Amino acid sequence: MMKFLKLKPTVGLLSIPYSLIFIFFFFFPLTLTFIISFWDYNEYSIIPDFIFENYAYIFKDCLNFEKDICVTFKTYLSTFIFCFITWFFTLIIGFFVAYFLAFYVNSITWQIVLFLLCTIPFWTSNVIRMISWIPLLGRNGLVNDFLLSTGLADAPQEWLLYSGFSIVLAFVHLYTLFMIVPIFNSMMRIDKSIIEAAYDNGANGLQILWNVIIPLCKPGIVIGSIFVITVVMGDFITIGIMGGQQIPSIGKIIYVEMSYLQLPAAAANAVILLALTLLIIWIMTKMIDIRKEL
Amino acid sequence: MKKSLTRRNMLKTSTAAIGAVAGAGLLKGFPAIHAADAPVIRYLGTAVNMGDAVQKKLFDDTGIKVKFIVKTTDEVVKTIFTQPNSFDIVDSEYFSMPKLVPSGNLLGMDTKRIKEWDNVTTAFTKGEVAGKKIGDQGTAPKKVMYLKGAKSKEFASEPTQYVTLIPTVYNADTLGIRPDLIKRPISSWAELLNPEFKGKASILNIPSIGIMDAAMVVEAMGEYKYPDKGNMTKEEIDLTMKIFTEAKKAGQFRAFWSDFNESVNLMASGEVVIQSMWSPAITAVRTKGIPCVYQPLKEGYRAWAAGFGLPSTTKGRQADICYEFINWYLSGWVGAYLNRQGYYSAVIPTAKKYMEAYEWDYWMMGKPATADIMSPEGKKLASKGEVRDGGSYEARMGGVACWNATMDENKYMVRKWNEMIAS
Repeated sequence: MMKFLKLKPTVGLLSIPYSLIFIFFFFFPLTLTFIISFWDYNEYSIIPDFIFENYAYIFKDCLNFEKDICVTFKTYLSTFIFCFITWFFTLIIGFFVAYFLAFYVNSITWQIVLFLLCTIPFWTSNVIRMISWIPLLGRNGLVNDFLLSTGLADAPQEWLLYSGFSIVLAFVHLYTLFMIVPIFNSMMRIDKSIIEAAYDNGANGLQILWNVIIPLCKPGIVIGSIFVITVVMGDFITIGIMGGQQIPSIGKIIYVEMSYLQLPAAAANAVILLALTLLIIWIMTKMIDIRKEL
Repeated sequence: MKKSLTRRNMLKTSTAAIGAVAGAGLLKGFPAIHAADAPVIRYLGTAVNMGDAVQKKLFDDTGIKVKFIVKTTDEVVKTIFTQPNSFDIVDSEYFSMPKLVPSGNLLGMDTKRIKEWDNVTTAFTKGEVAGKKIGDQGTAPKKVMYLKGAKSKEFASEPTQYVTLIPTVYNADTLGIRPDLIKRPISSWAELLNPEFKGKASILNIPSIGIMDAAMVVEAMGEYKYPDKGNMTKEEIDLTMKIFTEAKKAGQFRAFWSDFNESVNLMASGEVVIQSMWSPAITAVRTKGIPCVYQPLKEGYRAWAAGFGLPSTTKGRQADICYEFINWYLSGWVGAYLNRQGYYSAVIPTAKKYMEAYEWDYWMMGKPATADIMSPEGKKLASKGEVRDGGSYEARMGGVACWNATMDENKYMVRKWNEMIAS
């Protein structure tokens, strides 16, 4: 007990650097963003004020059901759909890659080598990836050449590039790693004797997967999902490049507003995006208590 | 014990490393022009027309070094507002002036300190080419050229000693096409929305420039005649965006582009056969050996112009060095370098001195090339006998219909543009 009391001030001191970083580089800018979202602006400056115009504009026409669905709802809807499809595919692929790495690859060296292979999509810059998708998926690209020469298609398939398909493809290509790492981590913590016990009790492979491995991987799955969903929610580069700038994203709207110095409008959009993303994460953490599981 | 020692050592080294990095960062924060020898100018701009050759020649001639801070057009403007002390000289476009000048972040430039001021082309100073008035819809340079004084935040309608920017470079922009894939003559902006090119057209996703291309198209289609394309009313913006939204929904566009390289890739790969394009992008496609034409159109060109400005805090020696740099820039070597890329130099007579006669005839006079035409990097741009797209300087600049613009309804326009992208 004495020892604990003696330690306490030190613990407090040790937490100061991180708290300061957190306050200055996270809490402070975020508070500023929130405040500025209520300010007014003109062509070249932002004007301290307390107005709801920035928010009102975002939801303008959104409650008028006779007209077409409003831009904001449409953009969020499209972002949610990308989020869900990307989450689904990264989860399925990521889970089985992690499963393979954890249970079928026994040497640490090979696990590391194969892990490095999974990081390949991150070895190139966005610009290079942007250029290299065209010869593969483009109108005169490899895939279309193959489809035409084998007679599988009689005209070049245009939906391969600059479409929802190519966006999801790029997302899955990039972010599956974010699923693999935490799920793999969870799997490595599973005591092998538990699996043996299940096997000895007569469970088959599928039952072990469903009743033993998946429940024990839940923290990894949730952490991976949080990574993927937050990244996709805020993305505008991948959606921009792979969607040929024709598919909307909240990130792009914020980016355009910022480059025209409409900072309060951008801040309002950012606050809404943040609130929605936090809501999703909150729901996910309700489903599973990460802190307890870790 | 050993372990903890190593760890401590490592901590020490890494702290030192972090310190060094932080120190370097701090040093960068100081104004670059400081020491009496080897001055360095921090040059903020898009730098699409600046190569290593310019830096080298500048250093050889004047002993001044340039450090480029490369940003996109919109970000240059943002930097002038938000970090006005992060650069020594800015290369900006005239259409940003209605936004920038009221902020007071730029210094009025003293024309008395510019040696070649009297030789600056009349396209800037009077809005004339070869004595004839050219189109002045939009933010034409002459409208935003003169200031009421060195520290003024207001434009003067008559020529004064102080100007917003010292003009450097300008050009007349039009649509780029792939003649080998279109296989017929193109002569109107209206072709951008021709259903014949469904899924093979593109426009740039930079609202302030894209809207002008859009307006050229709408007018060419005979849908509407704008009193001033460069300053639309809300209704006119709605109308323009409605036409483009419908075309977009019908699948007219393969993609939109916002980055110079994207436009090159779209064109070179054949994904797009007709699109808004910038002159150096055409050159980039052509140097790959792929036919690409900067097609002159009967409705005229959309022009842009850029120049040098200084932050309002500039004074003393820093100002001297920047003026020396600008005077060097206008003294001819760079002018020739710009002309050879297909742009135009703001001071034509000095540029002429640095160009070969056959180059001058090709680039400026619109005559057939009497020898192969090379880019400044030594790549072949045109063969003997070819004529420049659009012809002579007088034909191209004389054919300007409008200028890149900042509209009074800019805020509304940007929102409507975003809606079109989202539709």
